[in-house]
Amino acid sequence: MKRRKLDLAQVPANIGKGLDDRYQAATPLRGLLNKVFPDHWSFLLGEIALFSFVVLLLSGVFLTLFFDPSMKEVVYDGPYTALRGVEMSAAYESSLHLSFEVRGGLFMRQMHHWAALLFMASIVIHMARIFFTGAFRKPREANWTIGVILFLLGFFAGFTGYSLPDDGLSGTGLRIASAIMLSIPVIGTWLSAAVFGGEYPGELIIGRFYIAHVLLIPGGLLALIAAHLGIVFKQKHTQWPGPMRTNDNVVGERMFPRYALKQGGFFMAVFGTIALMAGLFQINPIWLFGPYLASAVSSASQPDWYVMFMDGLVRLMPAWQIDIPIGDGYVIPPLFWPAVVGLGALFTLPMLYPSMEARRLKDHKSHHILQRPRDAPERTGVGAMAFSFFFIATISGANDVIADKFHISLNAMTWAGRIGLVLIPPLAYYLAVRICLGLQQHDREVLAHGVETGIIRRLPNGKFEEVHQPLGPVDDHGHPIPLEYAGWVVPKKMNRLGALGPAVKGFFFPVEKPVEAPVSPAVPPVTGSSREEITSGR
Amino acid sequence: MTVTHGGSHGTNTGTEPVDVNDPKLSRFDIVREGARRDDIEIVTYESQFEGTNSKAEKRIVRNIALLFVISGLFALAFVVLFIVLPWEFELGNHLSDYYTPALGITLGISLFALGIAILAWAKKLLPHEVSIQDRHNQPSSDDDRLITGQTMVYMVDELGVQRRPLLKGAIALGLAPLGVAAAAPLIGGLIENPHKGEEPMMYHTGFDPVSNNGQLVRLAREDGSPVRPDDVSVGGQITVFPGIPGGSTNHYADSPTLLVHLRATDAEATRAAAEGDEINKGGMWGNYVAFSKICTHAGCPASLYEQQTNRLLCPCHQSQFLITDNARPVFGPASRRLPLLPLEVDEEGFFVAASDFREAVGPDFWERP
Repeated sequence: MKRRKLDLAQVPANIGKGLDDRYQAATPLRGLLNKVFPDHWSFLLGEIALFSFVVLLLSGVFLTLFFDPSMKEVVYDGPYTALRGVEMSAAYESSLHLSFEVRGGLFMRQMHHWAALLFMASIVIHMARIFFTGAFRKPREANWTIGVILFLLGFFAGFTGYSLPDDGLSGTGLRIASAIMLSIPVIGTWLSAAVFGGEYPGELIIGRFYIAHVLLIPGGLLALIAAHLGIVFKQKHTQWPGPMRTNDNVVGERMFPRYALKQGGFFMAVFGTIALMAGLFQINPIWLFGPYLASAVSSASQPDWYVMFMDGLVRLMPAWQIDIPIGDGYVIPPLFWPAVVGLGALFTLPMLYPSMEARRLKDHKSHHILQRPRDAPERTGVGAMAFSFFFIATISGANDVIADKFHISLNAMTWAGRIGLVLIPPLAYYLAVRICLGLQQHDREVLAHGVETGIIRRLPNGKFEEVHQPLGPVDDHGHPIPLEYAGWVVPKKMNRLGALGPAVKGFFFPVEKPVEAPVSPAVPPVTGSSREEITSGR
Repeated sequence: MTVTHGGSHGTNTGTEPVDVNDPKLSRFDIVREGARRDDIEIVTYESQFEGTNSKAEKRIVRNIALLFVISGLFALAFVVLFIVLPWEFELGNHLSDYYTPALGITLGISLFALGIAILAWAKKLLPHEVSIQDRHNQPSSDDDRLITGQTMVYMVDELGVQRRPLLKGAIALGLAPLGVAAAAPLIGGLIENPHKGEEPMMYHTGFDPVSNNGQLVRLAREDGSPVRPDDVSVGGQITVFPGIPGGSTNHYADSPTLLVHLRATDAEATRAAAEGDEINKGGMWGNYVAFSKICTHAGCPASLYEQQTNRLLCPCHQSQFLITDNARPVFGPASRRLPLLPLEVDEEGFFVAASDFREAVGPDFWERP
């Protein structure tokens, strides 16, 4: 019998055949490898959130190996002398241990915290991109809703994580959370007692928040992120308008190899940025705050940035208490409105916005082409309104720090925030709409008359006028035939048309010799020695 | 590198089916045929370089290789520093201060270089491409919609719930309790009655004599030592806790109290205000007054006392309370005054609380009388 030779070159093909015999994978895999993605920098904002989430999972698992979610009282006896002999919870003690005595522990803690801040920041920016370009319209309403819920889950993930080390700031945050629960009419005290297992703070809350922070909330985040990406994959990404692009196609690159490679590189860059921040910028130095004491708090106690809008709303709320004179009397504390109603509205209004807009415009078609913000002025105005509100609420969350650093009266800061919260959003709406209309009009002008050349011509009758370069064909009189408005970038400078040299490349010095600008024979060159001094104005 | 200009020129633009077993086909032709079968038209796919071995290409390849090497070197540096540098915290200037920055810089640069290398590979080396894929966003055919709908209705029909009302009732009776049973342990286990017992949590602090075997509770410092009137100078203030075991721990989170020794003129105004109030009447002792430190807004300790104006500021949300007027809120979001702790001095000369706070301490809530 002849011995069969192993043909190494055939091994991959044979493995492939074997796999396809078993899983029939070749056809779907071809579709996957070939899938086309439209490409634009603004489509990568959500990726930052995704990559930060991966970093959060990796660094978070490391932290759990050392953290002890227990409120048992222990006495600190570690290398940080300032706290030696101080009674504290085991949770705080293990956080200190993690920061000071575990190799790379502080680095991992800071990486986890920075990744969390970046996660929330990229979610907000990504959400703004989706909103201002109208990417939430049919058929993507459900994915928009999932995105809003992801922000909400991220908010709670952040808050529970912020509470775990049980330092001075954590406890203050928990105390406020308990007060917010107490402020809810009818069920307030019952809710707070249920969450804290009796009177605040009790001995259970760290353990309960721990399981929420490491299992329940990340589980929800993971499931919703999977659904979010699955829907994007199924519905295919939206694209900007442009040449060849229609509502029924996707113009871009196939997923492999170039697009996937770019994603991989981007992940590494995001990861590297987080690592640099974690190493160089200190965040949440828990050892400075000391263990949580109900009687102690320092000035300038701020939450993480994505909770600051809520803290700001709480600070700005006037002391309007509602008394209900039935029986012994009941109370709705002022805290209820900004913290519970405000937070609720800030999450439900965005969720409802897609259907509100569709109903108002009677628009029930599917949209896969994005709109530039200027092409939907009212939506852009609403967005500007929402973001200016969010912005004022957020800086009001640090109004004591601003008052302190800039020597402004604290009460004046509060009043400025109260008035600003009412006045600025409508103003932002008006300005945004006007700017959108102005930009639109300028696009239309260029489409109708052409690009400004900077060449001034004097007519026989003495009138001066600027020569315009038409973008399209001209009629018999040489006037441009107006072009249709397509909702996409209109070239507005001559070098965009190739009539002048392109912008010179290079950062500190030109990396290439600037291209000679093509010069119209009718116009003398601007450079060179052939200039003549004007000696007479007449 | 395959260079294709799609569209008008070229004999095979990828829009016509080809036989993939044809040995004359290049690999790219097969790829393009695959794309065609997925309704993708590869419009442009062109190398960024002229020829296969241009100078520009070589330069970029060199740069990318350099970036990979940099990435590797810094990763190595990370591992070496991770092992070599002292990592345990020590007080004072010490090499361990640089442990975290060293890790961050080495790992950050390593990852960043790797990221840039991959990005440069994708953006500078790989061919530029424009492909158009059909979106396939047409809804299912009317027939399919009908069939699926009918199938689902058929399933319901087959179960016959509509025709068998007894089953309908039985399901409701049988499954609803089971659903409640599933939720009961979670909800039932968590529920705590906030108003139960002799010492309901919302109206009871460590100053209640109940927690001290019926004896009046002394005012104590954080270390548990009792406070005499002489211990607080005029215009001064001190945070006091119930003088019982664990009185200054978080177990009595509602109890921290601010004891203020007022100047004579301020004390007069304060006394006039307190005596004019039904609840706070007789709560002062000499020129001393004590108010709960727990802010009635969100529960932070209102710990910033401004001596000149006799205002107490809560650093969390900037509520301000006027001590000389029954600790009435004068600015910020708080709507309720700080409760007063009635003071007395016992036979040994130490401050005691004459009773617990006469109003609910801490953040406001619905059923507060």
